[in-house]
Amino acid sequence: MSDAPPQISPWQTARVIDIRVETARAKTFRLALSRPAPHRAGQHVVVRLTAPDGYRAMRSYSVASPPDDTDEIELTVERLDDGEVSGFLHDGVELGDELEVRGPIGGFFVWEGDSPAVLVAGGSGLVPLMAMVRFARAIDRPDLVRLAVSVRSPADLLYADELVDPGITIAYTREAPPTSERPVGRLTTTDLAPLLLPGATAYVCGSAGFADATSRLLVELGVPVDHIRIERFGPSAPAGA
Amino acid sequence: MASFTRGFTGRGHRERDPRLPPGQYDAKDDWPVLNAEVTPSLPTDSWTFSIEGLVERPRTWTWDEAHALAPSTYDGAIHCVTTWSKFDMTFTGVSVDTLLEAAGPLGSASHVLALCHTGYTTNLPLADVTGGKAWIAWEVDGGPLPIEHGGPARLLVPHLYFWKSAKWVSGLRLLDHDEPGFWERNGYHDRGDPWLEQRYQGD
Repeated sequence: MSDAPPQISPWQTARVIDIRVETARAKTFRLALSRPAPHRAGQHVVVRLTAPDGYRAMRSYSVASPPDDTDEIELTVERLDDGEVSGFLHDGVELGDELEVRGPIGGFFVWEGDSPAVLVAGGSGLVPLMAMVRFARAIDRPDLVRLAVSVRSPADLLYADELVDPGITIAYTREAPPTSERPVGRLTTTDLAPLLLPGATAYVCGSAGFADATSRLLVELGVPVDHIRIERFGPSAPAGA
Repeated sequence: MASFTRGFTGRGHRERDPRLPPGQYDAKDDWPVLNAEVTPSLPTDSWTFSIEGLVERPRTWTWDEAHALAPSTYDGAIHCVTTWSKFDMTFTGVSVDTLLEAAGPLGSASHVLALCHTGYTTNLPLADVTGGKAWIAWEVDGGPLPIEHGGPARLLVPHLYFWKSAKWVSGLRLLDHDEPGFWERNGYHDRGDPWLEQRYQGD
């Protein structure tokens, strides 16, 4: 490996310029970066909160917005039960506030926009995959990506108004809208088989259980293990060991 | 830059555990699972562990051969770069010192690249896996190491961030230079000392 590892840019201040409610448990924060930090679709940033006494807490959040030239990024944050950082972001942050962020981070779970990709999301695991979908649309290559989303109910679906494309599969696991033709239940090989573009890399993002179940389905369908990239959301954050 | 975050006071940190490195929190009963590859199935009857590279005697151990070596236990904390830590863990396996002693590192060896059955790699200074600081662990808290936590056996280097403790480890390659592994090529720190907050390249 001759190329040097990427240096992660140091902490910078970002101003909250928009806050959108996505679902009862998820908000999207649009941040204006004080220093340009171009990201790739699928990467995440770290948000750090500092109390007046110096106490700090930080968590990683996936970037939901596609790579562009705005020096702004969007983070969709799901409120976790007892989440110190997500709870503060949901309840304590207002327009105009400044947050410390660092990144972008991650060079494996990224899609560069030049090869076929099958995206499979569980719940809020949709966030980094949505950056890929939005990127594909922005560069006018929606043909390169296929998306399946597994979510408990319509009320839990992020970005619903952007997921109306008939080529997108949405698996409701507990409660489906009346218009849904697919029965309620987890993703199956029947759902995923039609999405498998030849030579595609699969990007799976969700809880550890979802990621393992989904990767087993993909392997069953013949996707080589080295064509499956996984980002597991723990109780804490994506990325790491 | 704002020196603190408006409105943020944190909570519960005034009784902060002195065992917690900066920026970490106590995950208590949670043990998050975070890996980037498909969880492999590794039967112990075909499992092997090898030491290769700059050694006098490259060696490979089977599951039974590794278990015939002197057992060694680690009691203490682990720290993940995603900011969780866990205390009072007990891991049992074999000390990396025992394995290296059998292979005989050459004087030129300065670093190791940990190799995994999944193709994952991570790099460490040799000094961080010697002197009673590193294990190949196959038990945790008295039971077999679960597959999602790297079973049947993982590298354990608990004084560094936990991505260095490679799951499903298959061997160590001794090198005379530092060679970035999987996460390190993707921006994570080459050493990863949690007390120095060496999270990313450049820290």
